[in-house]
Amino acid sequence: MWELLVQPFADFGFMRRALMGCIAISVGATPVGVFLMLRRMSLTGDAMAHAILPGAAVGYLVSGLSLGAMTIGGLIAGMAVALLAGFVTRVTALREDASLAAFYLISLAVGVLIVSTRGSNVDLMHVLFGTVLALNDDALVLLCSIASISVFALAALFRPLVLECADPQFLRSVSGLSAMTHFSFLALVVVNLVAGFHALGTLMAVGIMILPAAAARFWAVSIGALIAVAVSVAMLSSLSGLLLSYHFSLPSGPAIILVAGLAYALSLVFGPVGGLAGRAFPRRHLEA
Amino acid sequence: MTYALKFQDLSLGYDRQPAVHRLRGEIAEGSLTAIVGPNGAGKSTVLKGVTGSLRPLQGRIAFGGLTRSEIAYLPQQSDVDRSFPVAVADLVAMGLWREIGGFAGLRAAHRARVAEAISAVGLEGFEMRPIGSLSGGQIQRTLFARLLLQDARLVLLDEPFTAIDAKTVADLIGVVRRWHGEGRTVLAVLHDVDTVRAHFPRTLMLARELVAHGPTGQVLTAENQFRARQMCEACTGPPHTCGRSPA
Repeated sequence: MWELLVQPFADFGFMRRALMGCIAISVGATPVGVFLMLRRMSLTGDAMAHAILPGAAVGYLVSGLSLGAMTIGGLIAGMAVALLAGFVTRVTALREDASLAAFYLISLAVGVLIVSTRGSNVDLMHVLFGTVLALNDDALVLLCSIASISVFALAALFRPLVLECADPQFLRSVSGLSAMTHFSFLALVVVNLVAGFHALGTLMAVGIMILPAAAARFWAVSIGALIAVAVSVAMLSSLSGLLLSYHFSLPSGPAIILVAGLAYALSLVFGPVGGLAGRAFPRRHLEA
Repeated sequence: MTYALKFQDLSLGYDRQPAVHRLRGEIAEGSLTAIVGPNGAGKSTVLKGVTGSLRPLQGRIAFGGLTRSEIAYLPQQSDVDRSFPVAVADLVAMGLWREIGGFAGLRAAHRARVAEAISAVGLEGFEMRPIGSLSGGQIQRTLFARLLLQDARLVLLDEPFTAIDAKTVADLIGVVRRWHGEGRTVLAVLHDVDTVRAHFPRTLMLARELVAHGPTGQVLTAENQFRARQMCEACTGPPHTCGRSPA
């Protein structure tokens, strides 16, 4: 058992770094994913993940596979798409999902074009699917810093964010924080996706946000419990995915996301809050 | 008598198309007023204008010594996402926003007031229930408890008694009458004219424009109601630029 579960991390620094990076992403990104899911914005997260690609690609074009340049590029591109989509929604008749889809598709095409003209297919794969087993000290510091900022920002935003989700009209009537809350939340999404993209790539980063959150919905009913369950699922998925990838020579990012997907599937069937098994075999109801 | 609100040639709408056109009139401080009119008459739009969530296309709303923080607003139930996992006590506690803002914690005194408000609307024992498990009447009681905590001088209610049971309507009307007795100004969008006749001394009838405003008995006439329906039906044509000059 020791050899199976602990030996890979005891023997290899790159495995420890990968686990540390994934835990940081789980702590920072998954609570944001819970709010994305509760706001019915899960696919918005996916769109934003694609939107950071051209920024990362421009960073790569300027400085090669530089952590700082690709991070700053990704942040600028992600925020630009979020703000442009929000602006178009407010000043035209187009709904936010449509304007976001338009901008992220353009972004994705621009990003792939930029990477393809300068780099190789290996570079493109690096950007799209990440390199969790190659995280260096700088990348780990970045991931942990973003996770810390994200947790504190979410704690500060918690009350207005809950109200913005549950009763936005009321928030607008008592406070001017509505727009600030919405855009701060989008900024948190972008920042966490940029962190996730270093480890899991632009295509997989959103998986560690949304799949644990979707799984948690079948186990918990309060927001605090949802976040706790989702973070636990994300951490266990990271640990299991890395071990599977080590023992069976699988690509790490997809292995982590597939384990999170398995957690979601099991929750869907066995989760006590609206799971399929509970619906098929309902327990006897309580006295009135 | 001083006014709580004065509509000064007010036009409100969406994408330049007015939903309320050239509204004039005063809502007296301490009055209990119903806003009535056919569907699409602009009743809810007026409340959104008062809360500031909708900017006037033209004209303005004057507040007689009121600040926006002294206004409490009950939106239509459909505006509340009932699938969101928040407990009754937590939603009610949001009524303390003016005191605790977006970031301060709840003290024991705040929690006691939350419990008191929940009790006042007959929801003891429901404090920790998620709002998704409540009936229509219970969710409305929850929202009224939140209003109680807001302790506002002007209370705006958007269809507060729609799709809820008779007992809840009676209880909540009791709360509204208590507010009126305390000297607060209450402005409520309502559909049921019997409720308006029985409990609301003043009525403002809208059909995108003002039809009538005054004592309920003088406003809720068959002639006015017929005229309001006709005015709303006449508004279904293509939009055109307003040619009237301001008063």
